[in-house]
Amino acid sequence: MPATRRELLEHATRFIVMSGAAAAAFDAMQGTVSADAATTNDYKMADHWWGMTIDVERCIGCGNCVRACAKENNVPEGYFRTWVERYQVGEDMERPEVDSPKGAMEGFPPSDKKDIKAFFIPKLCNHCSDSPCVQVCPVGATFVSPDGVVLVDQSYCIGCRYCVQACPYGCRFIHPETQVAEKCTLCYHRITKGLTTACCEACPTQARKLADLKDPKDAVHEFLRNNTVQVLKPQMATKSKTYYKGLDGSVR
Amino acid sequence: MHEMNPAVQGFMYPNEVELQWSVLIVLYPYITGLVAGAFILASLERVFRVEAVKPTYRLALLTALAFLLVAPLPLQLHLGHPERSLEMYLTPHSTSAMAMFGFVYLWYLMVVLLLEIYLDYRADIVRMAGESTGLKRLIYRALTLGSYNMSAASRRIDDRVGYIVTVIGIPSAFLLHGYVGFIFGSIKANPWWSTPLMPIVFLFSAMVSGIAAVLLIYMVTYRLKGLAIEMSCLDTIAKYLFYAFVIDFSLEMLDLIHRIYEADESFKSLDFMVHTHLYVPHIVLQIGLGTIVPLVILALTQIMTLEERWRRRLYVVAASLTLVGIFAMRWNVVIGGQLFSKSFLGYTSYKMEFATREGLLTAIVLMLLPFAILAVLVKLLPPWVSKQQAEA
Repeated sequence: MPATRRELLEHATRFIVMSGAAAAAFDAMQGTVSADAATTNDYKMADHWWGMTIDVERCIGCGNCVRACAKENNVPEGYFRTWVERYQVGEDMERPEVDSPKGAMEGFPPSDKKDIKAFFIPKLCNHCSDSPCVQVCPVGATFVSPDGVVLVDQSYCIGCRYCVQACPYGCRFIHPETQVAEKCTLCYHRITKGLTTACCEACPTQARKLADLKDPKDAVHEFLRNNTVQVLKPQMATKSKTYYKGLDGSVR
Repeated sequence: MHEMNPAVQGFMYPNEVELQWSVLIVLYPYITGLVAGAFILASLERVFRVEAVKPTYRLALLTALAFLLVAPLPLQLHLGHPERSLEMYLTPHSTSAMAMFGFVYLWYLMVVLLLEIYLDYRADIVRMAGESTGLKRLIYRALTLGSYNMSAASRRIDDRVGYIVTVIGIPSAFLLHGYVGFIFGSIKANPWWSTPLMPIVFLFSAMVSGIAAVLLIYMVTYRLKGLAIEMSCLDTIAKYLFYAFVIDFSLEMLDLIHRIYEADESFKSLDFMVHTHLYVPHIVLQIGLGTIVPLVILALTQIMTLEERWRRRLYVVAASLTLVGIFAMRWNVVIGGQLFSKSFLGYTSYKMEFATREGLLTAIVLMLLPFAILAVLVKLLPPWVSKQQAEA
């Protein structure tokens, strides 16, 4: 398959990262988290390409992931790096009824609806590789890291909010105190140390799983091969790396 | 959170409940639109030799400058980290539609407007530097930029270069405001914004608002100065306002009809919004009072033979309503585009604050500021044209 310009750039970036002195300089640019990880863990960005898989049928809407994320990442109240939506779809309903009380921080109240299809949809940053939020940032404060995570340089973001407007999935917000763009980092501080994300760790049914698309041994490959998977809003062509199994067509 | 939030109807993604862009971002396209429109009116005289609008030439240039100086302020006030705004110039992100703003702005300010004003006024500045004393003399001497050559040859060069600058200025004005439209029109996540028509709609609405603003400023300032208002000038400006408005309205209706006919996935959501949250600003203010009424008035002045004083009054009404209508249009784009969920399942509302950094008071001050600047500019660089000069 001929390489696209983007792929060439990615390969070139990886090459630079792997070469000794350049790697140190690059890591320093990426901030302290990755620099620490690189030195303590021999973590090589070039060896990973992160994403997530979500098995809709397994999600029970308990909200463990939302709580774990808020605690792990100090997410300010009223804003969400991850949240869970409950869809209730009926044949005679014009549109699905959707709720997400406090982002499902406390789970969901019981529903009295009958003869409907109901399911939970966990949401988070899709870590798109053609990310519209990265495209629009006027100063390049947000970027896709060489290992495929969409991150924000908080010391650089000017707080113009253009990226929040550009995200089709509502995953970004402006932190009320720091006044810079915030979003799911896929627990970058954890995954670069060989741990999984806080949300995945807290999920009691393993509905959500961190995926390393570059690791040939990762279960993601089997998951993608053996299941019908879908990304959110595929018409947006963002190359989302959050893959849903059993996603209903009504989900937006 | 949003279940308890009375502003939310239906379902919104939890992070969407808070509006990102406030009334200040409404002012941004409104003000840059006035700049571009005023400049295009000025260029009518210079490039297209529409002699009738000569009395407004300098006034339009100074109006454009006054508004252009204020244009970045609402953006600056809106930023979470205004102290980092210079990064837009130092490390612009090449794929960002917004990153170009600083450069487009500087180009327009430095290369087009300031240069054209300087060249047009240079001879006057040199004369005033000679005639005035004290601080005024110092200011005018500084404004000459060291060039005191008043020979006929040098004046010819001023005129020639000024003409070239205006010729460059027309596409620049188109760029300035078309570009502002692109900032919104290129956001594929938002169906209310995402249309290739957005830059061109912004451009024509900019011309409409700028022409209307200069028409009003011309009438008000000349009346205040006790100078005669040229009726032929007013009639010509009104004619151009009418033409620009017809194109602008056609484009906006094309957009609307296209949306209704295509009725894509976002349509129901947007349709609901236009009939509820946006009914007053969109249907009543923008389309009704702000477009159809002034269009009808302007059409009447074109086809009927009315007395001068009636034409004058009708022009004032039409131009004032136009400015309200274009403001409503900016409001409906910026605020309207944030009132519905990208899930198309719910709506929020915008509560404007008052005495805060992004509140109504700030917006009012920012809208008055260009007029204060204009008052200083006309004192320094008088744009007034007496009847004899106009006929000369």
